[in-house]
Amino acid sequence: MNLTGTMVKRGATSLAVAAMVCGGIWSPAFAQDADLSKLTGEIVADGSSTVGPITQAVAEEFNGAAPDVKISVDISGTGGGFERFCKGETDIQDASRLIKDAEATACADAGVEYLEFEVAYDGLTVVVNENNTTVTCLDMATLKLLWQKENPAMTWADLNAEWPAETISLYGPGTDSGTFDYFVETVLGEDGEIREDFTPSEDDNVLVEGVANDENALAYFGHAYFEENQDLLNAVAIDGGNGCVEPTTEGIQDGTYAPLSRPLYVYVKEESLARPEVQEFMKFYIANAPELAPEVGFVASPDEAYVADAAELEAALGGAPAEAAATPAS
Amino acid sequence: MSAQVLSRSAESRNETLDAGNLPGRQRRSRVMTGVLIAATGIAVLALIALLASIFKDALPWLRPDLLTNMPSRKAEKAGLYPALIGSLWIIGFTALFAFPVGIGAAIYLEEYAPRNRLTRLLEVNIANLAGVPSVVYGLLGLGVFVTWLNLGRSVLAGALTMALLILPVVIIASREAIRAVPPSLREAAYGVGATKWQVTSSHVLPTAMPGILTGIILATSRALGETAPLIVVGAAAYVTFLPSGWLDKYTVLPMQIYEWSRRPQDEFQGLAAAGIVVLLALLLALNAVAIWLRARSARKVRW
Repeated sequence: MNLTGTMVKRGATSLAVAAMVCGGIWSPAFAQDADLSKLTGEIVADGSSTVGPITQAVAEEFNGAAPDVKISVDISGTGGGFERFCKGETDIQDASRLIKDAEATACADAGVEYLEFEVAYDGLTVVVNENNTTVTCLDMATLKLLWQKENPAMTWADLNAEWPAETISLYGPGTDSGTFDYFVETVLGEDGEIREDFTPSEDDNVLVEGVANDENALAYFGHAYFEENQDLLNAVAIDGGNGCVEPTTEGIQDGTYAPLSRPLYVYVKEESLARPEVQEFMKFYIANAPELAPEVGFVASPDEAYVADAAELEAALGGAPAEAAATPAS
Repeated sequence: MSAQVLSRSAESRNETLDAGNLPGRQRRSRVMTGVLIAATGIAVLALIALLASIFKDALPWLRPDLLTNMPSRKAEKAGLYPALIGSLWIIGFTALFAFPVGIGAAIYLEEYAPRNRLTRLLEVNIANLAGVPSVVYGLLGLGVFVTWLNLGRSVLAGALTMALLILPVVIIASREAIRAVPPSLREAAYGVGATKWQVTSSHVLPTAMPGILTGIILATSRALGETAPLIVVGAAAYVTFLPSGWLDKYTVLPMQIYEWSRRPQDEFQGLAAAGIVVLLALLLALNAVAIWLRARSARKVRW
């Protein structure tokens, strides 16, 4: 059984290679319910290391149905990914924030048009050491005082006179990450500048280690890293104006954990959507993200978001006649 | 040692040369022996501690289908098959590219190049290149192979970059192997009328080959563990397929290990440790091949 499977797979691959050699003449007529097992081609994704695991999970399941589509998912960071996306190097861009104006301009200059889909929610979680039972809630003004570049708070006492006068050590994601961008924009404002004397790392596990081993440390990162390390860390509730709210799954999904609960996005190059494997992959993504995102540590977006995604994709594909799908992707 | 010398040093105030103070010198000798053993012990213990901690984490995850499964979000199903195959593709092509160029350059420098300032300049530069940080080769590869030659983020671009990275080491090792060939062998061949190329190809190279091969395999095993340049030239973090040609995308073992180690779930930390064990095993296997090759061909050479 296994053997036959492999042989069939080999046959299909060599067929696809032969077809590619012939100049991409082979291409299935675009159909709403295309037989996934006959799909071939290649999908290149890059971008946020936060969203990466969701796209990887979707790719894993999609390959179960369409084993001959070659999918690669890289994690250059939201910023690094957009750089490649707007040069037209990738089909799909994972983003843990919305596209910036400068990036949108770069895309426009290079003639890269794209669609934007919301695929999940993440709650940025502010954490302290497990032995720190003093700091249980912070409001946005206090967070700003802690992270701003001009005259930032150096000790806990600077934040609250009743807290100890111990120096705070700060940890946070590196500057190429969308998590960093979102946090800076939300906490410090549009033109806010962040202090430079914190320990950055692109690997959130390093941030976890840092806070777990330092009683006076504070960090922020995606909710999944807190969930998996609850025995080492305490989450700080956030007061966004309506009282202290703990970062819980429900709070993140229904938006009461505001404003640090953020949507995660996937951008798709419109040109790539002419290819059947990308069409089917995106349909599969939107249909399965609500189930797969929680499996890798995120919260599903509200249903309306997926309904809107599906409508947007349908509209984009509905406009594409069959001929568009049959033109070989260069 | 003459009695005169002994008595003179016995008279001197210098304690270390005080032949009369035999127990003192012996004690000092024993202390130094202990210090040297301790120095060795620290190095070995650090290595053992590292290996022990990795094996402890890795043990529950070392199972046969780790080698044959695709990566997965479910830790119990996850494997590193594409990374293992990708690593083999990369080091295979790396060796293929570095081998002829490296040997060619070594032969030229040892057998043909005139002893002048230009040659010395070349030699110094090659030695310096061997010490350039690997990420610099990655940036070079990104500029030249990925972008300028438009090879994209392919196996070919990765292997060419890695070949550049190990080339200085290959040249230096090959030169040493060629230099170790006794001059009498060359002179004998010249004596019966052989041309320079005949001497080189039928005498010098075959004799030097075991040393050259050892150098290349050891350099290749360095390439196996390198991540920095491959991140730059675009080894993907996650691929769901094996490379089927040298223009395909790929991932390698160190990338897969990194990808697992940065996941939040604890199980993936264990998988990362298991990945390290696989990488170590592959490294040891390569080095064993180098040793075996050297031993086997050394026996064949007779002069």
